[in-house]
Amino acid sequence: MASIKSCKSRKVWIDCIPYFLMMIPGLLYLLINNYLPMAGLIIAFKDVNFSKGLFNSDWAGFKNFQFLFGTSDALIITRNTILYNASFIVINTVVAVGVAILLNEITKKFLSRFYQSAILLPYLISMVIVSYLVFSVLSVEAGFINNSILPLFGKDTVMWYSEASYWPYILVLVNSWKGYGFFCIIYLASIIGIDKEYYEAAIIDGAGKWKQIWTITIPLIQPTIVMMVLLAIGRIFYSDFGLFYQVPMNSGALYDTTSVIDTYVYRGLLQLGDIGMSSAAGLYQSVVGFILVLAANLVVRKINRDNALF
Amino acid sequence: MKIRKIESLNLVAHVVLALLSAASILPFLLLFISSLTDEAVILKNGYSFFPEKFSLEAYEYLFQQSSLILNGYKITILMTVLGTLLSLIFTIFLAYPLSRKELPFRNVFSFLVFFTLLFNGGLVPTYLMYTQIFHIKNTIWALLVPGLLMNGYNVIFARTYFQTNIPDAVIEAANIDGAGKFKTFRLIVFPLSFPIMATVGLFQAIAYWNDWYNGLIYLTNPKLFSLQNILNRMMTDIQFLASTNLGANSGSATAGIPTTGMRMAIAVIGVVPIIAVYPFFQKYFIKGITIGAVKG
Repeated sequence: MASIKSCKSRKVWIDCIPYFLMMIPGLLYLLINNYLPMAGLIIAFKDVNFSKGLFNSDWAGFKNFQFLFGTSDALIITRNTILYNASFIVINTVVAVGVAILLNEITKKFLSRFYQSAILLPYLISMVIVSYLVFSVLSVEAGFINNSILPLFGKDTVMWYSEASYWPYILVLVNSWKGYGFFCIIYLASIIGIDKEYYEAAIIDGAGKWKQIWTITIPLIQPTIVMMVLLAIGRIFYSDFGLFYQVPMNSGALYDTTSVIDTYVYRGLLQLGDIGMSSAAGLYQSVVGFILVLAANLVVRKINRDNALF
Repeated sequence: MKIRKIESLNLVAHVVLALLSAASILPFLLLFISSLTDEAVILKNGYSFFPEKFSLEAYEYLFQQSSLILNGYKITILMTVLGTLLSLIFTIFLAYPLSRKELPFRNVFSFLVFFTLLFNGGLVPTYLMYTQIFHIKNTIWALLVPGLLMNGYNVIFARTYFQTNIPDAVIEAANIDGAGKFKTFRLIVFPLSFPIMATVGLFQAIAYWNDWYNGLIYLTNPKLFSLQNILNRMMTDIQFLASTNLGANSGSATAGIPTTGMRMAIAVIGVVPIIAVYPFFQKYFIKGITIGAVKG
């Protein structure tokens, strides 16, 4: 069997020119969209002055970082980012696994398809639309809760968009509502992949449904759960900007509980014009985020090579 | 006894899933009904599933101010079509050579793609590069290029697809027959890559349709706003349509605008297209999530 000529010799190098031509657009895009900004991270060590140009601005050493970590901001945004993501991971995983197990019990194909489509619907729409949906429920004057729910219990209206203490619950709920369907579909695929013989054997041994779930389904999808959770832990320093920016409507009164690293960087750059501070926060996120991704991947690799990113 | 237990779990499943489905759908219903509610009734009773009086005034008002919305639709559709097409070209043309063993420095190129998944510059340098070096602020490129055009996940996903679905032997046979690399791609690889293009294309189309982030960051000129950007602006500035009228009837009275109902109506206008086509692609959407997750 004739093997494909490897491109070691000069002639075959020429042979491979079409491949290089094909790759040009994609590689150029990576250069512009990904690698130039990486190089641009040094801005965090500069005192940016547009009249001198980005790269010719004076060096500032660690001054930007001293400012950032000198305020309570760094602590608050780090705390919020990590606590929110940790709650999302726990709640989304528990809900998604539970719902996936229930979905697997639905034998009627049409109904199963309908339920899946319904719970995935919020995942499909943009965060801007989600913020409108949340507004229709929480609006102080016209919101569904203030007008139709709270009066039933004889409670006064709540100023949702200026009461920071409610937002951890609201954001966790909105995130779950929008996102659990996605994980659910993944876990369902994993459950469907389980060999039916396990269940048949369990039924012969007299195991009931609950017992089957606890002793077969959950242990067998555990590798998938572990992978998904570890991958999410690797991303724990990054947050869904839309969720934290759009849903609270960028309300200043809520910053204490809704500010995360991504919204902080955005506000610093585009609303306050404080490039030094926001680039320092950005670099902090990139570096710690990178370390966490590597660490999470290392753990995944230990457990199962095939699921590791590298 | 055993049979009854099985039935009871099945019943629980139906009840819970019906409730969850309702929880997913009802907010959209509230949005839709509120958009059709008489403004005075909303002010009295709030947004409600069972309003006392329906009215089309919110839509009538939006219709009068429709020039910006139509423009937003046009831009969103253009960006979705163009973005998806370019995205497919960039992704497939990078992924296919990476799947070929004879490509020199294959590992180096693969690593260049892969590293972008692990590390990124973040918003500040990205913004400064695009605005200071490429000057895309307030140009249509801002909606098309940054972040969305191609991503490493899709490239690796497509590369894996080519490696597992296109047998080496087929490509070798084409080579022996004297077909060049481009011809082999056009005649053999391209026709075999429809499934992967459909999956990547669907998710890219959704990403472009839903994107508001690029517009928020790079655009201040309302004429370039996509539908999502208009919605985004109107969330905080409900007078936005009236104050930035592209068409003739500027200066129309701003008093008496049904703002509370209009908020809901504009959101309905934004969400209806995607919900309307959802039933047709939900099957592929679900399938795409499943394969995408198996190996990113």
